[in-house]
Amino acid sequence: MSTSTETIEQLATREYKYGFVTEVDAETIPKGLSEDVVRIISAKKGEPEWLLEWRLKAYRLWLTMKEPTWQNVKFEPINYQDIVYYSAPKKKKVLNSLDEVDPEVRATFDKLGIPIEEQKLFAGVAVDAVFDSVSVATTFRATLAKQGIIFMSFSDAVREHPELVRKYLGSVVPHTDNFFAALNSAVFSDGSFVYIPKGVRCPMELSTYFRINAKDTGQFERTLIIADEGSFVSYLEGCTAPMRDENQLHAAVVELVAHDDATIKYSTIQNWYPGDKDGKGGIYNFVTKRGLCEGRGSKITWTQVETGSAITWKYPSCILKGDHSIGEFYSVATTNNWQQADTGTKMIHVGRNTRSTIVSKGISAGHGQNTYRGQVRIGKNATNGRNYSQCDSLLIGDKCGAHTFPYLDIRNSTARVEHEASTSKIGEDQIFYCRQRGLTAEDAVNMIVSGFCKEVFRELPMEFAVEAQKLLSVSLEGSVG
Amino acid sequence: MLDIRNLHVRAENKEILKGIDLRVNAGEVHAIMGPNGSGKSTLARALSGHPEYHVTGGEVLFEGRDLLEMDPDERAREGVFMAFQYPVEIAGVNNAYFLKAALNAKRKHHGEPELDAMEFMALIKSKSSLLDIDQSMLSRAVNEGFSGGEKKRNEIFQMALLEPKLAILDETDSGLDIDALKLVATGVNAMRGPDRAFIVVTHYQRLLDYIVPDYVHVLSGGRIVRSGGKELALELEKKGYGWIDASTGPGSSRAESTDATGAQPVGA
Repeated sequence: MSTSTETIEQLATREYKYGFVTEVDAETIPKGLSEDVVRIISAKKGEPEWLLEWRLKAYRLWLTMKEPTWQNVKFEPINYQDIVYYSAPKKKKVLNSLDEVDPEVRATFDKLGIPIEEQKLFAGVAVDAVFDSVSVATTFRATLAKQGIIFMSFSDAVREHPELVRKYLGSVVPHTDNFFAALNSAVFSDGSFVYIPKGVRCPMELSTYFRINAKDTGQFERTLIIADEGSFVSYLEGCTAPMRDENQLHAAVVELVAHDDATIKYSTIQNWYPGDKDGKGGIYNFVTKRGLCEGRGSKITWTQVETGSAITWKYPSCILKGDHSIGEFYSVATTNNWQQADTGTKMIHVGRNTRSTIVSKGISAGHGQNTYRGQVRIGKNATNGRNYSQCDSLLIGDKCGAHTFPYLDIRNSTARVEHEASTSKIGEDQIFYCRQRGLTAEDAVNMIVSGFCKEVFRELPMEFAVEAQKLLSVSLEGSVG
Repeated sequence: MLDIRNLHVRAENKEILKGIDLRVNAGEVHAIMGPNGSGKSTLARALSGHPEYHVTGGEVLFEGRDLLEMDPDERAREGVFMAFQYPVEIAGVNNAYFLKAALNAKRKHHGEPELDAMEFMALIKSKSSLLDIDQSMLSRAVNEGFSGGEKKRNEIFQMALLEPKLAILDETDSGLDIDALKLVATGVNAMRGPDRAFIVVTHYQRLLDYIVPDYVHVLSGGRIVRSGGKELALELEKKGYGWIDASTGPGSSRAESTDATGAQPVGA
């Protein structure tokens, strides 16, 4: 092995800064999954009958389904009876204000840099904080409500806006969609709900911060965002979890609906615990995210920065149903140590004159395996459908891998589809060049990687682009000596 | 400033430098010449700490400190600059941003305040006219899509910004047309001064018409086989490198100093 490889190999130790555990008095149900567990969850949330029935339907279907096996990741079979499906910090009474959130839970979010007191927040960002199975606080609810914007936990939405939830729940990702979506539909415990009324431009960034804390617990949240005609919303989610030797399951569902001329920007900074440098522990992240461009001229943009999780399995997709609708997917996925990611998107062109753009940047270091999987389908009525896809892979060291599986399904002769792909290695030459100018090896790698990801970072809301860049440098920490 | 003693360097499992002795004082310009494969670029890269060049013997003192103990980036921050023979492209990284990061890394190292964007742009403006660096070269990614001449000008521009104590030019003239060569030489000459030293590695005498050296050393087979004043370069130009090999002959492992005033090479 050459010395250059050795120096790059020293990239291997990284520190996960969010791996602490909060001691909190929690209400946790026993491990295992059954109809009774589904009923308990529904009862704990005081849900109406129709929702319980919906969950049970999903559960019964799930029993007949098998885990997908087509993805390019390897892991030990998940024992679904060994997971706790509901854990919530105990609350003594109904919360009247944010001050009544359990101080330990509040301290946790403070420590994560997500203060859930409104006065401390970055100006212009409203936060819903989800701790294990429940939402513990949603800021700026009242301010937003003045414009008719609904931003609350999913549980609150079920109580306060049942007609909206019932109309849209499962309308983009039905419970029949896939194994993990069916599981989520049966046991989801909370999440965020957003409704932007006609013609309203949401005046601040909305964001949800997910935290897994309890041991042996799975997190199954559901997010539903509806943008009515001519509205605009930018939404961001972040997530972290403690360091534990056992793998923990996160199986979320996100549904977006954009009506005529509405725009939804959905950004994710995913930083679940990735496991240690030997590949022990870490979150299994099996997520179904899909947006429906229902209306004419609607637009949905997915931007994701995926740095965490032992396994990432997610394909934020767009169904371009409305004529002239636009779907975009910008992704940075890093895998270091023994992380595996199989991620990408689906762009389903149904309406006429629909356009989609895919920009995927995969970075692999250590023994990381990074797969881009994408599907572009231009339906037979999708006249003048356009797609541009670009998939770039960057390798650091010589034990990692990058894989690309693009699927193109074109059924209309007026379609124009472009696909570009590249794979490159961070050269020792590039690092040396930067070092010869006085930059440390770490700074050099960060600079080179940031340059590689530039097209994606510039799609993030400004406040978070800086965060994303920092996170990326932490996640590759130690990848060069 | 720089004191190289019996330096041995190995690369790709081959011994390339077999005992180099060279002393460079502040204010001097030394040209290193020699045929292909003689070890000229190896010397430049070993001095700047390239990880593929392994020092197997000897020592190098830079301002009295052990240069070989320092990481490449520390050498840079201490004032050793190498202009690359093949400057590297870094996609997506803005050239001005890169330069600012490099300059501030050095300033921080020396306990000086970092420059903000405004101060940096003012500095760039004052330094860019000499090398005909235009705005587009600064706003593009580092060396990406630069012509050969632009890359080399960018190297010298970086040198002008970083103001090193010791500048090593590794075949900066290769691939340059005469106009670009003159521009580069103008940039280098503007930086010559009593506190700065240059090591100019070149295959051709042509560059030395524009950057006139104080001393010329000829490398062959990993050793300095001859040292002299600037006239040595002209003699080489006339007679070719074959003349050196023939005149040194077998067994002659030490260079002879033809310059009575010079102390180079040390220990001859």
